[in-house]
Amino acid sequence: MRKIRIVEDKCNGCGMCIPVCSWNAIYLESGTAKLNDYCNDCDKCVEVCPKKAIEKIGEKKEGTAAKKEIQEGNEVWVFAEQRNKKIARVALELLGKARELAESLSVKVGAVLLCAQDEGLSKQLIACGADKVYLAEDPKLGYYKTDLYTKIISDAIKENKPQVMIYGATHIGRDLAPRIAQRLTTGLTADCTGLNIDEDGLLLQTRPAFGGNIMAQIKCKTHRPQMSTARPGIFKMLQEDKGRKGEIIKIKADIKAEDSLTKVIKVIKEAKHVANLEEAEIIVSGGRGLGDKSGFELIKQLAGLLGGEVGASRAVVDAGWIAQDHQVGQTGKTVRPKLYIACGISGAIQHRAGMQGSETIVAINKDKKAPIFGIADYGIVGDLHKVVPLLIEELKK
Amino acid sequence: MDLSFNKQQLMIKKVITEFAEKEIKPYASEIDQEPRFPEEIVKKMAKLGLMGMSIPKKYGGSELDNVSQTIIMEEVSKACASTSVTMGAHTSLCCYPIVHHGTEEQKQRFLPKLASGEYLGAFALTEPEAGSDAVNVQTTAVKDRDEYIINGSKIFITNGGKADFINIVTTTDPAARHKGLAIFAIETKNQKGFSVGKKEDKLGLRGSNTSEIIFQDMRLPKENLIGGKEGDGFKIAMNVFNSGRIGIGIQGVGIAQAAFDECLKYVKEREQFGRKLHKFQAIQFMLSEMATRIEAARLLCYEAAYLKDQGKNYIKEAAMAKLYGSDVAMEVTRKAIQIHGGYGFIKDYPLERFYRDAKITEIYEGTSEIQKLVIAAQLLGKGF
Amino acid sequence: MNIIVCIKQVPDTTNIKIDPKKGTLIREGVPSIMNPDDKHALEAALKLKKDGKVTVLSMGPPQAEEALREALAMGADDAVLLCDIKFAGSDTWATANAISAAIKKIGNYDLILCGRQAIDGDTAQVGPQMAEQLNLPQVTYVRKIEINANKINAERVLEDGYEIVETSLPALLTLVKSGNDPVYPSLIGIQKAYEKEIKTLTAADINIDESRTGLNSSPTSVVKSFTPPPKGGGVILEGSISDVSKKLIVILKEKEIIQEF
Repeated sequence: MRKIRIVEDKCNGCGMCIPVCSWNAIYLESGTAKLNDYCNDCDKCVEVCPKKAIEKIGEKKEGTAAKKEIQEGNEVWVFAEQRNKKIARVALELLGKARELAESLSVKVGAVLLCAQDEGLSKQLIACGADKVYLAEDPKLGYYKTDLYTKIISDAIKENKPQVMIYGATHIGRDLAPRIAQRLTTGLTADCTGLNIDEDGLLLQTRPAFGGNIMAQIKCKTHRPQMSTARPGIFKMLQEDKGRKGEIIKIKADIKAEDSLTKVIKVIKEAKHVANLEEAEIIVSGGRGLGDKSGFELIKQLAGLLGGEVGASRAVVDAGWIAQDHQVGQTGKTVRPKLYIACGISGAIQHRAGMQGSETIVAINKDKKAPIFGIADYGIVGDLHKVVPLLIEELKK
Repeated sequence: MDLSFNKQQLMIKKVITEFAEKEIKPYASEIDQEPRFPEEIVKKMAKLGLMGMSIPKKYGGSELDNVSQTIIMEEVSKACASTSVTMGAHTSLCCYPIVHHGTEEQKQRFLPKLASGEYLGAFALTEPEAGSDAVNVQTTAVKDRDEYIINGSKIFITNGGKADFINIVTTTDPAARHKGLAIFAIETKNQKGFSVGKKEDKLGLRGSNTSEIIFQDMRLPKENLIGGKEGDGFKIAMNVFNSGRIGIGIQGVGIAQAAFDECLKYVKEREQFGRKLHKFQAIQFMLSEMATRIEAARLLCYEAAYLKDQGKNYIKEAAMAKLYGSDVAMEVTRKAIQIHGGYGFIKDYPLERFYRDAKITEIYEGTSEIQKLVIAAQLLGKGF
Repeated sequence: MNIIVCIKQVPDTTNIKIDPKKGTLIREGVPSIMNPDDKHALEAALKLKKDGKVTVLSMGPPQAEEALREALAMGADDAVLLCDIKFAGSDTWATANAISAAIKKIGNYDLILCGRQAIDGDTAQVGPQMAEQLNLPQVTYVRKIEINANKINAERVLEDGYEIVETSLPALLTLVKSGNDPVYPSLIGIQKAYEKEIKTLTAADINIDESRTGLNSSPTSVVKSFTPPPKGGGVILEGSISDVSKKLIVILKEKEIIQEF
C-alpha cells in the first residue's frame, strides 16, 4: 500500500520534488505534482516540498498504536567505512537507511568500525543513528586491507548474527563485501539504489543492471546475513544528534601483519585525468554566454575544482576561443558524464544531441527561455560571470 | 543458397568494423581537410595483416579469400575512402601481378616485404596518352644485355609518391600493340633514374597520394620482368583490373553506406514544421530508395567475390559490381546531402566529403564506360 | 608465466534499446561482445605471459564460444568453455563456485586475471568471490601490472587517486581500463582461432556439487525486474544568485556527484 501522498490542494506545481526523487516517480500534470507506480515510499520528497503538500500516510501519532518491542539480536549492520580518520559520507547515509530498516523490523542498528584509533568516530556513528558500534582498533587497521578486514568482520558477523549488513558501494566496499559474502556463504547484491523491508520481512534490494537500462529487485531468502553494497548519494543521512545514546562493543582483532597477503606500498592522490572527453565523469562547458576567450578561465577553474574536464559549444570553437577537441555536440563529441554543467550555452539541438545522455545536467544561463533548461535537472537563471565565481567560492570552502 | 558469411568472415567483419570505427573514422576528416596521407593508419593496418591480405601465407601474407577481402574493403571505405584506396592499391593492384604471375624468385624477393607493410606498393599503368586506351602505353623498356632501360612517365598513380615498390606497365615492342606490353617491378629506394613528379590536388580521396612518376634511363635487372616473359603485360594488367574492380565497387558501397548511416541518424534528430524529419513520407521514400540500391550494389560485389573464390568466371559480375557500386555511390551521396539541407553542404558534416569521394569510383580502375564494354563483351561473346 | 583469464560474453548494453510500448529490453539484434573489462584483462595477460601460456576460461551458454574464439584470435593459447545447464540461473556466489572449481581442474597457473565488472550484471563481485574461494590474495580495480620475480606490483585505482599494492603469486586481480592502446586480433590470429579446439567442461567434469551452483542453490534471486521510467523534468532553483549557488553545491554533494574523501 502506498505510503506517500500528494495533497493536491496544497501543491503549487513548483516541481522542487521532481529532481530529488531517485525513482523518477513524480511528474507534473495540469500544474500539480502526481505520483506514478515507481514510488518507492522513501520520503525525500516529503521533506523538500516548500508547501508541505506531500505527506506520509499512516504515520504513527504520539501515544496511539503501541510501539512494537525492540528485540535484541538480529540487528541491521552498516559497515562504517573510514578513510584518513574520517567516516565516509556514504556510511552515514547508510546509517540513516539502516535506522529505517531496523525500525520496520523492530531491531537495533549496529555500525562496524575498523580503525587505528577511535578518535570520536564511534561518537559520530552513534549520533548519526547507530545503537551499537562494533569497534576493532589496531594500528594495522588504519588503512584498508582486504584480508584483515574480511577476517575481523566475518568473525564479528559469525558471532553476533546480524540479519542484514550494508556497505557503501565504494572501491573499498566493493572489494570487501564479496569476499565476506563468499566466506560466510551468503547472498550479496551490488550497488543498490533501493533498500526496503518487504511484507515478508525480507530485505528487498533494488539495483540497476544492463548498464542502467533495467532495474532488478532481489531478495536473499534463506541465507544470512542479507548483504548489499549501496550506492553513495542515494540515501539520506540523519541529522547528527549528539545527545543520542549508544553502546561501544570491542570486537576480536587478533591479527598479525603476516595475515595480510597484500601490502600497500604507495598511495598517490591525483585528479582523474582522462585521455578524451568521452570518458570524463564531470564536464563543465562554456558557450557564447562567456563573452570572449577569457571566459574560459572561469570554466577551467570550476572544472579543475570538480576534477572534471572542459567542454565547449560549436559557436565558441568556431570563434577560436578554445580548441576543437573540446567541442561537444552533433559535429563534436558525444558525452555521457555523471555531471554536465552548461554555462552560457543556449542548448540548440546540435549541442543537445551531444550531451543529453548525461546523468545530471546543470544549466546556467541569463535567458530563462533558453532551450537548455528543457533538459537540465537543475537550472540557474543568471549571469554565469556572477554565478560561476560563487560556485567556485562554495567549492573552495 | 546460403548468403551468409561463415564464422571466420563474421569475426573479421566484427574486428575490422571496430578497428575502422576507433582507429580510422575519427581521423577521416582531418585526412581529407589538411590533406594528410594516413601514414599511422597504414602502419596499424599492416600490424593486423591487412596489407598482406591478398598474399599467400608462405610469403608472410594472411591469404584471405576474396569475400573476406571485400568485407575489409567495405568497412575501411565506410570510415575513410582515402585510407581504403591506399590499402586497395597495395593489396589488390600492386600484389596481384606477383602473386599470380610472378616467378618463384620474384615472389620470394618481393612478397614478404609487401605482406608485412615494410613496402607500400603501387601499380602504374596510366600515362598522359594512355587512360582508357591502356594499350597506348608510351613508356619503353629496351633490353640491354642483362638489363632493361626504362624511359617514360606515368600519371595519376595511387601511392605513387609514397610507394617503396611499384609494378609498372611498359612496352618492349610498341608495334606489337597489346602483345608488346611487359610489367616490371621497381624498388624505389635509391633506384637511379626513378623520380616522383607532381603530386595531384584532387576533388576527393584527398588523403590518398596520387602522383606522377618519371623514368629516365632507369635500369632494371631482367629478373624484375614480372613472369620473366615479354609480351605478357597486357594479359596481366587485364587480370589485375578484373580482380580490382570488385574492390572499387565495394568502395562505392562503403561510401554510400556511410552517407546513408548519417542520414538515418539525422532524420531522427532534426525537426521542422513541428515534426522530426523521418515522419515525412518524402524522406521515408528517399531512405528506402537509397537503402535498396545500396543493398543491391553490395550483393553484386559479394557475388563477384564469391564466384572468384569458387574459381568461376567472374569478369561480368565484377564489372557490374564496379559499374553499379560507383553509380549508387554517386546517387546516394547526392541524396544524402539533400536530406541534410544546408548542413550537408558545410565541412563540419562529413556528407560533402562522401560526395566528393564518390566521383572517382566512376573513373579509376576502368571508367564506367569501359565497364559497360566489358559487360557487353561478356554478354555478346567473342568476336561479336 | 601461466595466466588464466576469465571472460564473459555479454550483450552490448551501450546499444540496448527499450521497447517504448512494453517498457522491456529489446534483446534481438543486440550484438554480443566480449565484456570490455575482460578484454583489458586479456590484453594485460598477453603482455605479461612471456614464455608461459594464457588460458581463457568462460562460463556461459554454447554461443559464448564466439568470445573465446575472439580471445584466441587476440593471442590466447588455450580456451575452455564451462557449459552446463546445471549452472543456469547462478548468482555471483554460485558462479564463483563453478569457475573456481574449473580453475582447480585446469590448474597450473601463476596468476588469475578477471575483468572488474560485467556490463550486464554490473556486480563486480565474481572476481573477489573467486579469490576467496581459491584462497588467493586479491587486488581489485587494477590498471597496471608489474612483475618482479615472484611478486606483483599492481596499480589500483581509487576514487581520488591510486595506490600501488604489492602481493605475491599466485594471486587474483580484477582489471579496469588501462591507458594502453587496444589490441586487435590480427587476420592470421582470426584464422588460427578457428583451427584450435575449444575444450568444454561440464559440471561433472569439475566435480562440483549441485548444492553449490545453479538457480536453486543461489542465495540471492531476482524477484522482479522493470525498466526505469524516463527522466522527468528539471527544476529552476529559486532565490538570490548567492543562495542558489550554495544550494546547487549542497545538492551535488548530497547526491555524491561531488565526492570528498
